[in-house]
Amino acid sequence: MNYDIVVIGGGPAGLASAIEAHKKGVSSILVIERDRELGGILQQCIHNGFGLHIFREELTGPEYAERFIEALKAMGIEYKLDTMVLEIGEDKCIKAMNEIDGFMSIKAKAIILAMGCRERTRGAIAIPGTRPAGVFSAGTAQRYLNMEGYMVGKRVVILGSGDIGLIMARRMTLEGAKVLAVAELMPYSGGLTRNIVQCLNDFDIPLLLSHTVTEIKGKDRVSSVVVSKVDAHMKPIAGTEVEYECDTLLLSVGLIPENELSKQAGVEIDPRTSGPIVNESMETTVEGIFACGNVVHVHDLVDFVTAESNRAGANAAKYVIESRKKAFSVINTYSNEGITYIVPQYIRFENLEDKFNLFMRVKKVYHNAKMVVKADGVTIKEFKKNHMAPGEMENLVLEKSLLNESIKSLTVEVIKEVV
Amino acid sequence: MAQKELICIVCPLGCHLTVEIDESKEQGIKVFGNKCPRGETYANKELTAPTRMLPTTVKIKNGILNRLPVKTEAPIPKEMIFPCMAVINEVEVEAPVKIGDVVIENILGTGVNIVATRTMTAK
Repeated sequence: MNYDIVVIGGGPAGLASAIEAHKKGVSSILVIERDRELGGILQQCIHNGFGLHIFREELTGPEYAERFIEALKAMGIEYKLDTMVLEIGEDKCIKAMNEIDGFMSIKAKAIILAMGCRERTRGAIAIPGTRPAGVFSAGTAQRYLNMEGYMVGKRVVILGSGDIGLIMARRMTLEGAKVLAVAELMPYSGGLTRNIVQCLNDFDIPLLLSHTVTEIKGKDRVSSVVVSKVDAHMKPIAGTEVEYECDTLLLSVGLIPENELSKQAGVEIDPRTSGPIVNESMETTVEGIFACGNVVHVHDLVDFVTAESNRAGANAAKYVIESRKKAFSVINTYSNEGITYIVPQYIRFENLEDKFNLFMRVKKVYHNAKMVVKADGVTIKEFKKNHMAPGEMENLVLEKSLLNESIKSLTVEVIKEVV
Repeated sequence: MAQKELICIVCPLGCHLTVEIDESKEQGIKVFGNKCPRGETYANKELTAPTRMLPTTVKIKNGILNRLPVKTEAPIPKEMIFPCMAVINEVEVEAPVKIGDVVIENILGTGVNIVATRTMTAK
């Protein structure tokens, strides 16, 4: 089998990139999805709040997905469901299999990686205690509840106040469960403030900041969990233990980009994002392999995934159509004081549009601060920020005219303003 | 005069609002701490008639999944959330269903329909 572009993953990133590549003139496209339908994680995110940036209206996850699925089908873009990619080999040869076609070798001119991410598990954060049933990652519980129709528990403690944890606190409550508490290791929530209000405060669910689960008890099923306060170094404080009788513990303790295939393909991974290193075109360190969405870095809004994926799709199409190499002036991006990471990790001056974006996360909560962008140590732009938090991705828009070919580095730092 | 603390949910800033309520006056709600006018509108609505969107699921027969996601077409009064859940959980629809199909009309007299938020083909 031969295609111009093969997209791995049929979630929001894969759908948007395939559609955009088609719009830019490539018609030989295949989307490979391992689930039974397209749409990815959006199909289980039945709550509203999606699409405010892209569609200027508030949609639920399935509604957002359906718009892209319909567009993909209307364009006649090919896709394969229930299909697992096993390997991306040299020369962009993809090995995949499913029940209908069996084993396939698919040759692509360009590949778009859009595999998304997976949830961190109990094992990843090493919670002590027994190993009973009733410990779920929040996303797994969400799929059980919203798609398969299984209620996962009646008395629930949630560890982690990321958005999935908050959304599940409300969802479990609506379906009749008692959510006793949401414990958060950090002194601030990782979720959006509006979710704390709508999902916790509305239902009088306590949010315990600087707390963590220090023991899971129960033989066959969870019977209780012990929650302790932590100190400034996030170590549990002896004597602060409170035991909650419950049958379920939900974990919302972070997402990890899923990059087994990327690594196999020789794509270089950024240890800070756990995703591929990409340039301004969302191209990885392997020529002709692009990446977008949560496989690159974890986003809080699907709208930003769509925007990023549009860029990946457009550039993959450009790569296939033009397929020419050029010498570029590479500018590396570096995160300085207060910044965890920046995507893209490098940009090529000649390839920049008039305006381009840098995406990043800050390390802690800031009020009345500014972000300073420097080119080779010289300040080129400043952004005033009333409020920044690690849970909310920052997006800085810069103009190409601020740069030139000889620049080697761009840095971003946070400066706390004296008020 | 009563005081109340609110967090504005209109945008991601999440302003901490302090609201003073003077029940002896007609325009008795004063809002402090908002960085924009939308905070005042939010606080007024939140204190007089708070509303919320309600996204949930209903049972579906013969569909490719066991649950069909639905939502209220418009926000409903906050105190109607649990009464509406009780009604919604009694409903079972049959596939195929199209996105936007009305699953329950005018739920509990709120004037708001419950609609499907995805298309679901039959098994």
